[in-house]
Amino acid sequence: MQYMLIMRDEDAAAVERRDAPFEPMLEAMGRYNDALAEAGVFVTAHGLAKPGEGVVVDFTADPPLITDGPYGETKELFNGFWIIDTDSIGVAAEWAARAPLGPGTKLEIRRVHTEADLHR
Amino acid sequence: MTEASDETARRAEESARRAVVAVWRIESARIVATLTRYTGDFALAEDLAQDALTDALDQWPAQGVPRNGAAWLTSVGKRKAIDAWRRQERFAQRVAAMGLDLEQEQDRAADAVPWDPDEIDDDVLRLVFTACHPVLSQQARVALTLRVVAGLETTEIARAFLVPVATIQQRIVRAKQALADANVPFETPPRAERQQRLGAVLGVIYLIFTEGHAATAGEDWLRPELSREAIRLARQLVALQPEEPEVHGLLALMELTAARFPARVDAHGEPVLLADQDRRRWDRGAIRRGKAALARAESFGRGLGPYALQATIAQAHADASDLASTDWARIVAAYEGLERVAPSPIVTLNRAVAVSMAPEPEGGPAAALAIVDGLAGEKALAMGHLLPSVRGELLARLGRADEARDAFALAAERTQNVRERAVLLARAAAGR
Repeated sequence: MQYMLIMRDEDAAAVERRDAPFEPMLEAMGRYNDALAEAGVFVTAHGLAKPGEGVVVDFTADPPLITDGPYGETKELFNGFWIIDTDSIGVAAEWAARAPLGPGTKLEIRRVHTEADLHR
Repeated sequence: MTEASDETARRAEESARRAVVAVWRIESARIVATLTRYTGDFALAEDLAQDALTDALDQWPAQGVPRNGAAWLTSVGKRKAIDAWRRQERFAQRVAAMGLDLEQEQDRAADAVPWDPDEIDDDVLRLVFTACHPVLSQQARVALTLRVVAGLETTEIARAFLVPVATIQQRIVRAKQALADANVPFETPPRAERQQRLGAVLGVIYLIFTEGHAATAGEDWLRPELSREAIRLARQLVALQPEEPEVHGLLALMELTAARFPARVDAHGEPVLLADQDRRRWDRGAIRRGKAALARAESFGRGLGPYALQATIAQAHADASDLASTDWARIVAAYEGLERVAPSPIVTLNRAVAVSMAPEPEGGPAAALAIVDGLAGEKALAMGHLLPSVRGELLARLGRADEARDAFALAAERTQNVRERAVLLARAAAGR
């Protein structure tokens, strides 16, 4: 099964990580991703650029409303993700718990739909 | 005790049990590898690791899940090794021989990371080569690899292969004995044997994969959990041996084959042949990963091995929207490549099928039938259902209905798979 580890930061944690020395964090992430690869569970992973560069398309309006952001209206920001392939959500959670992340950050783990789910 | 606290205790126990299983699944290879290096004895290390796992299942629910479960399991394993040596009264010699400072070892073990990441990769690779050692039977290699490298429990392996738990237990005990008897060293193979031994490892992984998608026994057409396990093992090997093109080739083949799984069985669990598969159901993510792996295999520029060649064929299917628009000439060429590097009547039979689909005059059913009839004397095909099944198909396309019906009936008689037999019998009946 594939699981997405969705990284959600409280604003303060995101700011803290942005201000933290980049090299050690990059190295820790690299080691973590290597460990995932060597266990055969790594599928993909990406970090996201800061929300200020983003836009939000809101389908509540018709036509959809495009605004810069998101700013302020969220308590937690989605800042990156992994997709890993493990045989159970328990194993996915054990891997998630080993990510080099700190206070103020959460990893939400969600199973990725398979083709079989979609055609049921 | 109240009902509510009963429930709380039960939940805590269940969650601790899940933690043990998850840690084991992730760490078993490294734990066994570390203990093998520590004791110099693979069979003993495997026993110690299993004992430590049993202790964890006993103790974690009551005492809580330790912060570093892998370190806990490894240090329990090491302690058990020391106890075993003490009992065998070979303690002093061992300690002297290995230059171990046991007191220090035990102090350090509790919360330190028990391994150096650079050394451990080599250890896991040694473990893979040991589990797939040529002194073992193919079945033993499969069982041992799934248990020590993939971290499956014996019951899970037994369930996946539809055999009694005792059978798998016995295979593992015998395998460990065979490795001990042959005095197999815990090492990656010397250069001269390297390619052959790697071939054995790839063979074991592919066998696990094919058992998952073309069940040799039972009524299930697909047991995808085994195939997924094989893909994980191959990804692991890619990370450990990135400079070996055929490792990428094998991963490519399995990803591209697994991409079709969602379309291989219909809503009633009946198999769907390639021609009739709804290609929108193919897993695009798996196709993308497979193509990337094949591109890496090709990038070495050393020619393609048998797995990469089969992956090339799978990719030709993945690239096409239906059979008619498939690049059959590319597939025929890949089969010709396979006949050079890994000749077998099965490969020739498959080339015949590809030829039958390619444009005439080089291709077409008549050209293919000539190849198939050239295989009539092959012992390897004499008992199986493949040859008559392909002949039936070609004869049907050539309008030779009576001969086609006989061929399908013969094929149905020979297949072991219940669902496959149903398909073949339907083809035989359709010719009436």
